[in-house]
Amino acid sequence: MIIAEKKPIEEIIDEVKDFSRILILGCNECVTVCEAGGKKEVEILASALRMYFINKNDEKVIDERTLERQCDHEYLEELRSSIDDYDAIVSLACGVGVQFAAEKYLTTPLIPGVNTVCLGANEDRGLWTERCQACGSCVLARTGGICPVSRCAKRVLNGPCGGSTNGKCEISKDVDCAWQLILDRLKALDKMDDYEKIAPIKDWSTDRAGGPRTVTREDVKI
Amino acid sequence: MKIPTNFRIVRVPCTGRVDVIHILRAFEKGADGVYVVGCMEGDCHYNEGNFRARKRVEQAAIILDKIGVGGERVKMFNLSAGDGPLFAQYSIEMDTKIKELGPSPIRLAKQNKKDAA
Repeated sequence: MIIAEKKPIEEIIDEVKDFSRILILGCNECVTVCEAGGKKEVEILASALRMYFINKNDEKVIDERTLERQCDHEYLEELRSSIDDYDAIVSLACGVGVQFAAEKYLTTPLIPGVNTVCLGANEDRGLWTERCQACGSCVLARTGGICPVSRCAKRVLNGPCGGSTNGKCEISKDVDCAWQLILDRLKALDKMDDYEKIAPIKDWSTDRAGGPRTVTREDVKI
Repeated sequence: MKIPTNFRIVRVPCTGRVDVIHILRAFEKGADGVYVVGCMEGDCHYNEGNFRARKRVEQAAIILDKIGVGGERVKMFNLSAGDGPLFAQYSIEMDTKIKELGPSPIRLAKQNKKDAA
């Protein structure tokens, strides 16, 4: 899922202070699961902002709403009838949701309420870690299901490099060497023969280097 | 030991049910302080309910500090369900502390607005 982190409330206060009617808009998908921008976080942020501005003798209308998703037209359309009730929207969706809402409602300022961090997994309670960089051409079949693009600091495709020590990466003793993990897993799978095969040069044109990416599916287009 | 009469008890099945929003809503509605009383740590019937509550109380305190209400107005206590005198003692402790701090700025701001209207 997309992992996001709540922005500090001071930053949000600073962004919304000049508006008087504000909608805090949550998203029921990834940001709900990573506890950054779901219904609960919407309620908490809205309540905190209301109290902050009451305390400053600057009472504002601060409403709450959470959509099923903010990255789909049909759910964002639900706002259409009430969009003019607000001077600004604080979206707690990932960067995708914020932008999609901004594209749809041209004259309403959209303020992000979270920082979108990465594509990751919920490794433990309160711990989310990166697993994918959406490079656009997956190599996991050859690397024991462990991604050298997102988990190796150098994105080395024939690793490990000389910076791997005792299974850790040279950038930090807390970061696992992705290639150590790959080796361990290939051993467990009894596929060390695969390790000996040199990976070809990766096609990076599907990564960000090729500019913004799109997926067009003629088979599902109507 | 007498218990102060100026607070309202909100009963929950486990303090693990208490969320940050419940604490914030109490302040938004004008409460001067909130204290969460859970079972002894390690004695939770649901294993982690009171640990979750403690984390949420801490989160609420940080938010209250940032919005100028004051994080010291919220506190977590732990006691055994059978320890009535300790409940009374904690209630007195919280009551004294909140009286020292005075009314919540939210309650005062709301009162001022009402008076002006």
